[in-house]
Amino acid sequence: MSTLLPTDATSSVAELLTPRKMDHLRALEAESIFILREAVAEFARPVMLYSIGKDSSVMLRLAQKAFYPGKIPFPLLHIDTSYKFPEMISFRDNYAKEIGADLIVHRNEKAIADGANPHDLGTQNCCGLLKTRALLDGLEAGGFDAAFGGARRDEEKSRAKERVYSFRDGNGQWDPKNQRPELWQIYNSRLRKGESIRVFPLSNWTELDIWLYLYTEQIPIVPLYFAREREAVIRAGQITLTYPETRLLPGEKIETVMCRMRSLGCMPCTGAIRSEADTLEKIIAELISFRRSERENRAIDHDEEGSMETKKREGYF
Amino acid sequence: MATASAVTDFRAFLDSHLDRELLRFTTAGSVDDGKSTLIGRLLHDTKSVYEDQLASVAKSRVNRAGSGRVDLSLLTDGLRAEREQGITIDVAYRYFATAKRKFIIADTPGHEQYTRNMATGASTADVAIVLVDGSKGILPQSRRHSFIASLLGIPHVVAAVNKMDLVGYDEAKFRAIEADFRTLAKRLGLRSVQIIPVSALEGDNVVTASANMPWYTGPTLLDYLETVPLREHVADQPLRFPVQLVVRPDRTFRGFAGQVASGIVRAGQHVVALPSGRRTQVKRIVTWDGDLKAAGPGESVTLELADEIDLSRGEMLISPDAHSNSVPTVSTAFGAKVVWMHEEPLEVGKTYLLKQTSRVVRAEVKRISYRVDVNSLEHLDATELKMNDIAEVEFETNLPLFFDAYRENRVTGAAILIDPLSNATVGALMIDRAVSTATRSDLPALLAAAHIDLAERLREMLAAAGHRAVVLHGFSPEEVPVAVRALQLAGVLAIVAGAVEGATVLNASDDAGLIAALAEMGVTV
Repeated sequence: MSTLLPTDATSSVAELLTPRKMDHLRALEAESIFILREAVAEFARPVMLYSIGKDSSVMLRLAQKAFYPGKIPFPLLHIDTSYKFPEMISFRDNYAKEIGADLIVHRNEKAIADGANPHDLGTQNCCGLLKTRALLDGLEAGGFDAAFGGARRDEEKSRAKERVYSFRDGNGQWDPKNQRPELWQIYNSRLRKGESIRVFPLSNWTELDIWLYLYTEQIPIVPLYFAREREAVIRAGQITLTYPETRLLPGEKIETVMCRMRSLGCMPCTGAIRSEADTLEKIIAELISFRRSERENRAIDHDEEGSMETKKREGYF
Repeated sequence: MATASAVTDFRAFLDSHLDRELLRFTTAGSVDDGKSTLIGRLLHDTKSVYEDQLASVAKSRVNRAGSGRVDLSLLTDGLRAEREQGITIDVAYRYFATAKRKFIIADTPGHEQYTRNMATGASTADVAIVLVDGSKGILPQSRRHSFIASLLGIPHVVAAVNKMDLVGYDEAKFRAIEADFRTLAKRLGLRSVQIIPVSALEGDNVVTASANMPWYTGPTLLDYLETVPLREHVADQPLRFPVQLVVRPDRTFRGFAGQVASGIVRAGQHVVALPSGRRTQVKRIVTWDGDLKAAGPGESVTLELADEIDLSRGEMLISPDAHSNSVPTVSTAFGAKVVWMHEEPLEVGKTYLLKQTSRVVRAEVKRISYRVDVNSLEHLDATELKMNDIAEVEFETNLPLFFDAYRENRVTGAAILIDPLSNATVGALMIDRAVSTATRSDLPALLAAAHIDLAERLREMLAAAGHRAVVLHGFSPEEVPVAVRALQLAGVLAIVAGAVEGATVLNASDDAGLIAALAEMGVTV
């Protein structure tokens, strides 16, 4: 039977017959797109948790690809603790507008008005109010039954056991000892009223994969990831960036440090690293030479052994 | 400042990193076999562990390594309960990369009661590492792990004969275990087998070749993982494209999004939609990065078709080649190997939800053919299945499935069972074959008629060939496609006499034409 459709005369036979090579980034991309589509097909009201970080940037691009030529068929939800870096907020608003995404911002306004902060409450309690509580309230307010998150299994030990579809009970809590088995790429999306699923399309990506993908896809990220001279104080051994409204502790002195952020969180709890890497190429080269893990500069992971597991059980991402 | 050569170096470095393939492997073995230590050793010796992670492990209260050494097994035991009890209770995923490949490890517990977790880890693996204790030889657990690897269709199995340091790196001990394992592998029908003597504790033959075992000249475990061939045959298989989602941004575009399960889809090729049997052509293979000429196994793409055909999630596009295996089995009754995963037993007569590719149907358990003793591999009688049991079970579904045998196709031959009340994932299915049913005829043919005379003529022809057929009429032309769809979803082949949009249509003017047209639909008269 002859081919009725026109084919490109310049393409070689080999090109016609052979699909692209599946290198690891392509394989990861295809798997993530599969997961995003599967969730959109099966859940009534999905939402994407958008944290503004590099992983969120990758996840957003994957969503654009998954539903192309259609638009992203769900809103983005940002949980704003009021402690996010100003550069993150302006990037969020500009980028959401640029790609035509529907952005929802949710804050625990009561706790913010009450002055919740990590110095007085401790990081566990502060995260509990401004992140976990706000997240659960935000999901409930929107009636969302599935939430995409950019968490990766290589980030932290308790995340290594996380499913791609992570079941949460009516209180949004995670029971690591009673997870649904997850075989092949066949995901179980069945829920009762009030229950929800956190969906992690980037489960199998590593930090290096994320940077390689940002580089090959030329995806915009918050400028804080790139090194330049910034004003900071050294607080408990951590480079803490300072802004006009930053409260200095007794004896602290602002200095100028050549640095960048390796991961983005709340200003008081996320330290910068000394670095000269001001391009994606340099960041990748630097990453290969790193001997210390990505979340080491995140205070919330180190309150006690197993602290991330505790937060996750309570409903944190 | 970046120099020209630094830029060139970076490009070369980047190219090498981008060019790497992804290999998924699973490790089966219990704490006693030294499995966590082996993985810890792989991560440590490939420099995949960060200093702060190593420091955190070094100061841990738990230490099983002894004599002041860092307990590398702690690098992989993630949950608090596991660190306290010193056992691995769930599947954990680990990542590392070398210059040649990127690896995903599904680290699974080896105790008998965790068969389900091992099956979970094995379901996506390209390679299984079966840990064998060199001081003990092939134990029932090694047999069990190898059986699960064969059951889940893992293409390559490597036996890591561990603790060679405890037996003085003795070649004779290794050769005896090697011979035993080859016998087992043959019995299980494992096609690709490698056997490597290692010491995870001391690091022999894990990443670096052992100076203690000069008599072993084969690859180290990492050499093997870096070079074993990947997914060799899936591209040669017939096309299977389960539809995940219909992408319809506006009136001008309607695309079918999905991941190629097997074979290659090419722009311009003919495809057949299941279950409708409608034939059309792939007009474009659409992606955000531009149209493709071809897409192979694992690629997530969106297909635009040449004709407006009725096709949605849970249905499938295949290639209409003349080969007998080009068409998946379409059936409502089949036998499958089941790994039972829940405390509530599987019961004969109970109906579960079944998800296979993007398709969800109801499946009733008709009978348990036999249960397999995972240690002796004997077939036993069973009336129910308990958690971690493995059995051959026959099911009947309310709607037809389009499947291939699991040993031929790990995507279209796999399914999960979901309890319709608790919503728990209760079983994993590896489909073997269709079975005949007492309650349905093989080919119920039904004529939804727009042209009564033609329909009657078709019914006579079908009856003469032994097919029962009923003529339905009284539909308006607009209603016909809906009726046809309802019949198809009920597992009935619906044939429309006369020209109607969006349905499988017979409209030949003479009997020979009708016979040919029926033959194309797979109906012999």
